[in-house]
Amino acid sequence: MVIPLAWMISTSLKPDAQLLVFPPRLVTSQMTLAAYTRLFELFPMARMFFNSVIVTITATIGQLVVCSMAAYAFARIQFWGKTLLFLMFLGTLMVPLQVILTPLFIEMRILGWVNTYAGIILPTMTIRVAFGVFLLRQAFALIPRALEESAFMDGASHGTIFARIALPLVRPALATLMVLAFMDAWNSFLWPLLVVRDTNMMTLPVGLSALHGRYSTAWNMVMAGVVISVVPIIILFMSAQRYFVEGLARAGIKE
Amino acid sequence: MNYRNDRKWAVIFLTPAILLLLAFMAGPVIASFVLSLFEWDLLTPPNWVGIANFVELFRDAEFYRSLGNTLTFIIGYVPVVIAAGLVIAVMMNQALPARTLLRTAFFIPVVSSWVAVALLWKWLFNPRYGLVNYALSLLGVSGPAWLFDPNWAMPAIIITSVWKDIGFVMMILLSGLQEIPKNYHEAAAIDGAGPVRVFFSITLPLLTSTIFFVLIISLINSFQVFDQVWVMTGGGPAGATSVLVQQIYLNAARYGQMGYASALSLVLFAIILMVTVAQMRLQKRWVHSE
Repeated sequence: MVIPLAWMISTSLKPDAQLLVFPPRLVTSQMTLAAYTRLFELFPMARMFFNSVIVTITATIGQLVVCSMAAYAFARIQFWGKTLLFLMFLGTLMVPLQVILTPLFIEMRILGWVNTYAGIILPTMTIRVAFGVFLLRQAFALIPRALEESAFMDGASHGTIFARIALPLVRPALATLMVLAFMDAWNSFLWPLLVVRDTNMMTLPVGLSALHGRYSTAWNMVMAGVVISVVPIIILFMSAQRYFVEGLARAGIKE
Repeated sequence: MNYRNDRKWAVIFLTPAILLLLAFMAGPVIASFVLSLFEWDLLTPPNWVGIANFVELFRDAEFYRSLGNTLTFIIGYVPVVIAAGLVIAVMMNQALPARTLLRTAFFIPVVSSWVAVALLWKWLFNPRYGLVNYALSLLGVSGPAWLFDPNWAMPAIIITSVWKDIGFVMMILLSGLQEIPKNYHEAAAIDGAGPVRVFFSITLPLLTSTIFFVLIISLINSFQVFDQVWVMTGGGPAGATSVLVQQIYLNAARYGQMGYASALSLVLFAIILMVTVAQMRLQKRWVHSE
């Protein structure tokens, strides 16, 4: 398990001359950061990192807001047609991104959203909305009625109860959804590959694939790019392991 | 209690989610069906062709090859990832030293992107300078050209995918294992059953519903295999690893065949639905429930 990861870091620290040495060595005396500097000089790596950050943060926040609002409505508000609407939400869980790829692409062209952040973000956050609503609805449903009844007595609206009472009580579920949404957006490949053509708008996964296409033998540079792209998600994972495990177990389906 | 304003609030709270789902989910699903009946290159006006796209699809050698490759991937990947995940889950269920550390190591590939993992393994599988063939040479085996060899490219992709997903499968199976009451094992041990016997007579039957869950997820996910294939081989060499989703992508993004790409999507969707339904039926037969 660990050897490939060690190899990844080791390669990224090698000078060109050490790449094509046989037998390969994990540690050499000539470890250098040259591949990293060259990567940032030759390739819009900083820009791609920035794109990934923008896309991921926006998609994650957007998903949390949209899902928590809808989930609150399903769990705590009485309205006509609720069961039917919820079933329709659940039905969208069955639809993988691959199935709607073509119409989404055409839609983005019509809207003029090819090569834009909006074009990357909105479909990325939509694909998990149903799951997020499902997850958070369960959490909202567990809140005792008594807590909101007294607030209603005091004349509070659903808006106030949602923001002041309900949301803080479902923080663990929000954290679970947050790490999943973050991971989806940070790692997603197929959709950004389709909707982005301009190198300056690429997110890291698409950018890395382009980097490899351009410098196919410069494995130290490619591995440096890979290291840079996985560090943020690994840091998040280390600091929120519990939520990752919980979220992945519930979501099942990865991308 | 004051529920007078409920409808207003329901509308406010639900509108963003409904708009998103309509615009980027339900709308495109419906559009998929409509598009599949047209021929459209996005440059000239769409042309109604009826079911011609589907007829063409079922005659298309490229479709059958990518379907075949997808099935090959599934047959290689699913049993291996589940079996290996099960072995590791059983090991992790014991009181191991450094269990948390091990779990983290298994999880790093799970949270990393497919692109990162695929690039790493493409380098590991490098025929001349890669670590895999170096390790094989230490065993006295001359390794194949892996991604450059039509016979070995798919196995290489399968190995990569197993490495990435094994932690995920292990985690779900481990949570299933931990739900098995300890006294079942104790009772069996008192009756003189050895660890292998306990595993096959008690652990495995009680784990069937968890294994089934993992099986469905792995199958559905592997029908959608794309990222690692695209990065590692681009479908090559000589089409030996081209998969279904890749055909959808190529037709939509490169060949300007919007109708045909939609038809392919719908066929993939139908396959996934059939697999899900078939498994739900089978589940009743072989899952042991208390």
